[in-house]
Amino acid sequence: MHYFLYGIYPYIALGVGIMGTVARYERDPFTWKTSSSQLLRRKQLVLGSILFHVGMLVIFFGHLIGLLTPIWVFDALGVSHSAKQLLAVSLGGVAGVMALVGGGMLLHRRWTDPRIRQTSSVWDIAILVMLLAQLVLGLATVVVSLGHLDGHEMVKLMSWVQGIVTFDANAASYITDVALVFKLHLFLGLTIFLVFPFTRLVHIVSGLFVPLRYLFARPGYQIVRSRRKTPLPPARKSAKSNPAE
Amino acid sequence: MRVRAQIGMVLNLDKCIGCHTCSVTCKNVWTSRDGVEYAWFNNVETKPGTGYPTDWENQARWNGGWERTKSGKLQPKQGAKWRILANIFANPDLPEIDDYYEPFDFDYDHLKSAPEMEAFPTARPRSKITGERIEKIEKGPNWEEILGGEFSKRSQDYNFEGVQKEIYGEYENTFMMYLPRLCEHCLNPACAASCPSGAIYKRDEDGIVLIDQEKCRGWRMCVSGCPYKKVYYNWSTGKSEKCTLCYPRIESGNPTVCSETCVGRIRYIGVILYDADKIEEAANAPETTDLYDAQLGVFLDPNDPGVIEAARADGIPEDWLKAAKDSPIWKMAMEWKVAFPLHPEYRTLPMVWYIPPLSPIQNAAEAGAIGMDGAMPDVRNLRIPLKYLANMLTAGDEEPVAHALERMLAMRAYMRAKTVDGVIDEGIAARVGLSGRVIEDMYRIMALANYEDRFVIPTTHREQVEDAYDLRGGCSFTDGNACSTGISTGSLFGGSKKPLKMPEELR
Repeated sequence: MHYFLYGIYPYIALGVGIMGTVARYERDPFTWKTSSSQLLRRKQLVLGSILFHVGMLVIFFGHLIGLLTPIWVFDALGVSHSAKQLLAVSLGGVAGVMALVGGGMLLHRRWTDPRIRQTSSVWDIAILVMLLAQLVLGLATVVVSLGHLDGHEMVKLMSWVQGIVTFDANAASYITDVALVFKLHLFLGLTIFLVFPFTRLVHIVSGLFVPLRYLFARPGYQIVRSRRKTPLPPARKSAKSNPAE
Repeated sequence: MRVRAQIGMVLNLDKCIGCHTCSVTCKNVWTSRDGVEYAWFNNVETKPGTGYPTDWENQARWNGGWERTKSGKLQPKQGAKWRILANIFANPDLPEIDDYYEPFDFDYDHLKSAPEMEAFPTARPRSKITGERIEKIEKGPNWEEILGGEFSKRSQDYNFEGVQKEIYGEYENTFMMYLPRLCEHCLNPACAASCPSGAIYKRDEDGIVLIDQEKCRGWRMCVSGCPYKKVYYNWSTGKSEKCTLCYPRIESGNPTVCSETCVGRIRYIGVILYDADKIEEAANAPETTDLYDAQLGVFLDPNDPGVIEAARADGIPEDWLKAAKDSPIWKMAMEWKVAFPLHPEYRTLPMVWYIPPLSPIQNAAEAGAIGMDGAMPDVRNLRIPLKYLANMLTAGDEEPVAHALERMLAMRAYMRAKTVDGVIDEGIAARVGLSGRVIEDMYRIMALANYEDRFVIPTTHREQVEDAYDLRGGCSFTDGNACSTGISTGSLFGGSKKPLKMPEELR
């Protein structure tokens, strides 16, 4: 069972998550959206959404960097395990509380405001509950981690994640003896990957790429599209409204 | 010079009777769906009033359009790209649906299904969003119709800037006009500029500004970016929508639905050639009062052989060049200078222009005291203050508006002399810098307004666009992917939205 949950399930979750996301982007781009409800009710959204998103982004990149960077890199940089643990706990703790407060406001708004409640899909509410539960579990792991700041538990988790992404068949065995709260956190996290393509979470992918394209790939501000099959001879003088596509 | 063609529109406010046929036919065709009940791609406002959405013209509040920074750079008033991205989690400039109005319907069924009662059954309103009872409708799509509401509220109208507005609250001095509004299909669209996804684009061939529904991610920056508040967020699909200038009709040479059905025949559609290389410079004119002239400078004369040659090199088809020569838009905007852009100070270079309305002479009782400019009354004595029109159409510069109104009065005087007195009075025409022949041309197009004079629309060159052979048995226009009906209930992705269910009336 442990082997299935932490040795096989990760590949199912990541596989469905990635393939499903690609399929949705390719097959049904019309459904790819943020599903913003700001138009219907501004109250609670401005503060809640900013806290939630900023907290979540810090946590996301914290996990990405903290878990996927090989341990030897930290050793080479002279960052001790306990220092890294302390950084993760403090930064993750603050961001986690921010996200939890913001997410709590968003859930309260979604649940109690008749306009938002009526226009929410089942997944809209379910994914928010899942994320909040994951935040609570994550903050609970912070409490556990405070008990052993030397970072040896963290190293186990890092080994597991790096084992999974490098297709190490023994990955699951690295975390057989971590605390239950870590295991729950991992399981729920994998489940979020599993349901990712079927929820509004897909907007995260756009959120990561859109700023790059907007800032760096688009010359100027305007976009002109031509329907002609054969392009016109090049403009005699290039100017602002360069066709971006 | 980079010659491009744009389908432009002119609305003759002098003839608008405020019947809302344009709005209703547009609604029936385009926005009779879930999520856009509140949206009117075309609406008609009574001015003076705060409009729809409320106070839309006040860019100090909404930050729509463009601004020229202190260093002389042109950037969206919402902020430069990084600023727009920073607001992506919560857009501080986004209107709430209550700024438009909460869409509602009535319990019509109750009228026939009610049991026998003491009182006559009524159809009470319900919210179209929540399905709940609305006890009192606070706002609607046309809340200030024919000066509805108190003057103190309506006079928040931005166009009163620099006008001693108190006296216009008095019954004797009151004035009103209609302002039909739709997407301006700007040369420098602020909605497109503020879309982080790059979903909004201007079409190279006809200048129509569209939103790619498959690329739109619902970041909703366009809604706040558009100073005319003519991009609407569909709360059901989570995508933004806007007026399409009825592009399927335009492509086949037909006028838009709003223009086709206009009973006052106030709408004109035609081709304008413009120089795409001059857009940025024009939109970035130092003074807002320069913007009207700057935009005139972007337009190219379709009768100039140099322009024609450059247009051919840039791939403008011959029938489009001919349409540009016959374009009523060109005549009204450039030759007669009677049409003006709506709020040029937003720096978007809008392409739906307006002919200002004449109005009755002020204080008709004191008819003897009216200032007469020769045979014609002085346009400064018209009931609608010149400054008010200028604030709306020329960023406050009264001169061009006065000039246009004089020409319109001259047209009336000349034609009255001709048809009533049987006198051709070239003097009237000369006084406003025209000839009798031009005035008769104006009369034919602006007053008679025959169908073929109002709409000079060349068809799209499909042969340049697609291989029609591949399109046989293809799909129609849809909201969704490929041949989907656009109704995405039960889709694997995105889940099913709960259908809006009207609660049953309790017995």
